[in-house]
Amino acid sequence: MIALVAQDTQTVALPGPPVVWSLLWPFLILAVGGVLLVTVTSVVPVLRGRSFPAAFTCLTALASGLSLIPVWQRVDRLDLVGGTIGSGTEGPRSLVSGAYAVDGFTVFVTGVICVSVFLTALLLDGYLRREGLDGPEWYVLMLMSASGGVLLASANDLIVSFLGLEILSIAAYVMAALHLRRAESQEAGFKYFVLGALASAFFLYGIALVYGATGSTTLQGIFAAGPNAAGLDPRTDSSLILAGMALLLVGFAFKVSAVPFHFWAPDVYQGAPSPVVAFMASGVKVAGFAGLARIFLYAFQPYWADWRPAIAALAVLSTIVGGLLALAQRNVKRMLAYSSINHAGFMLLAIHAAASPDDGGQRGAEALLFYLLAYTVMVTGTFGVATIVGGRGDGRHDLDDYRGLSRSNPLLAGVMAILLFSQAGVPFTSGFFAKFRVIGALASDGSYALGGAAMLAAVISAVLYLRIVVSMFLIDNGEAHEADHEAVDAVAGGRAAPEAEGDTLVEASPEASVLTSVRAPAPTALLAVCLAAAVTLVLGLLPDLGGGILSDAASALLLAG
Amino acid sequence: MRVTETWYLTLSALLFTVGFVGLLVRRNPLVMFMSLELMLNAVNISFVAFANKLDDIAGQTAVFFVLVVAAAEVVVGLSIVVAVMRRRPSITADDLRSLKG
Repeated sequence: MIALVAQDTQTVALPGPPVVWSLLWPFLILAVGGVLLVTVTSVVPVLRGRSFPAAFTCLTALASGLSLIPVWQRVDRLDLVGGTIGSGTEGPRSLVSGAYAVDGFTVFVTGVICVSVFLTALLLDGYLRREGLDGPEWYVLMLMSASGGVLLASANDLIVSFLGLEILSIAAYVMAALHLRRAESQEAGFKYFVLGALASAFFLYGIALVYGATGSTTLQGIFAAGPNAAGLDPRTDSSLILAGMALLLVGFAFKVSAVPFHFWAPDVYQGAPSPVVAFMASGVKVAGFAGLARIFLYAFQPYWADWRPAIAALAVLSTIVGGLLALAQRNVKRMLAYSSINHAGFMLLAIHAAASPDDGGQRGAEALLFYLLAYTVMVTGTFGVATIVGGRGDGRHDLDDYRGLSRSNPLLAGVMAILLFSQAGVPFTSGFFAKFRVIGALASDGSYALGGAAMLAAVISAVLYLRIVVSMFLIDNGEAHEADHEAVDAVAGGRAAPEAEGDTLVEASPEASVLTSVRAPAPTALLAVCLAAAVTLVLGLLPDLGGGILSDAASALLLAG
Repeated sequence: MRVTETWYLTLSALLFTVGFVGLLVRRNPLVMFMSLELMLNAVNISFVAFANKLDDIAGQTAVFFVLVVAAAEVVVGLSIVVAVMRRRPSITADDLRSLKG
């Protein structure tokens, strides 16, 4: 076990600790980009148009992603010249008085978050044009949220984790509620806010108890206070730390929507604007998993035998319950919400395997990282298609609205089919290798029962994706379908009418608009979903493309402890 | 009788529970926010009590971060309620039920 050395702890006087700015660039670009965007667009109103903020956000995500390359080259391998990690100029290190860690794992997760921001920005552009909304606020909030996610993933101190979690979530609450003309959007925002804030309170109480038990909030400090070769440090209060760990786990379980803390997810995913859901399901969740993995696999590594059963229980419940409840849905966004709960279970299983002290550990960590990347791409793409099919007003998410999509837009239906097959884990897609790696890691760890449960859950959830695919490729049986739509419109119109004064955009001939939306989707949105499908296929055909990167990043995660 | 850290920790746990139960049973959004604030500030008491017990400054610094975050959270929460209120004359959390499955 080698601990990251806080090399800049011996500060002399009041001036703050030395900061290695060059390694902070990926985070700074996202955060400063968000601030810059809101400032520039307020000062120069002409830039408040729809193209500039989208282009700016894409470029920011791209710049942040590119700035990871030099950082990766500096931290990916250990520089043991000085004897301890972090002593040389290369290798993993902690910065800013040990509050922020930079290693292969954080670089990888930052990259995944950048991918999520990039794709979501493309989706948002088309969405905002279609809904007649403008304003750079959406992009600013997304960049802020992403920077919080990077902070959460890289935090080396529980208080910094908390700040990252809050920056990540608060921006996401606002984004969920930002479609001011849709009552559902605000309802989703409210529910997300209340349950998210509840989760944060649990998380914070967990930090307080862990701090009380170990006397430290830094991950190294907590790790060092745990039982090691010399036995448990007598000053450490073990019942307090178990309670703290439980509360932290509850907080994370809410954030990553693991059963039984999942009940907010379907409501929020259904109500929130579709591109925002794409970001919530990818970027926000990835950051949550990164924080969970880092804190539990590093700081709480000495207690792995205590928390591992809890993770296993959450994981099995999530995979099975998520898969089963998804089958009962007719709303595609709700289905996808349950499917993302199912995926969360798989990622928790990967964390379970990564906690293994033997060979399964490395494989589990690699499985987790690969799953994070594959999941981010495919879920963003899937919600991207949902955004396009949703049509003006973002209301067409019934399974029937997908009927005949293969005829009205074959490209879109094909892309959706690839993404859904990938989520189901069909070979030659990234989803297959993601699930394969998780189950392989469980097997090499000897957790055959969990591996079996995972396979069963994969089969259950496959039915759900096939339902959507069948619906898309089913021949549109003309009149019944149209009549269906008209009935739905009548109901929706009747309900919206009393409060829809001056709300002409939503009312303007929904049938016509949905056809334009599906037949001629916004080019940027189409680009985003096609990119997602292409990456899904490439990762499915060449799963070892990033083999070296994966194993380096995974060992960084485990080595930290 | 000497007041030890345990008293403060018990108080903190009680307040946290009161906040949690309040959040679950009260239906008025404003009272729900107050419950959330109560939970966060209950944790602050824990932090200060532990910091005093451990004779360590980190716990007290944490409180400042928590205060700022709590303020930011309420700002966002209230603005969401205001946005909802503009569509409806009055609101309780039970009115928000169009999303169901």
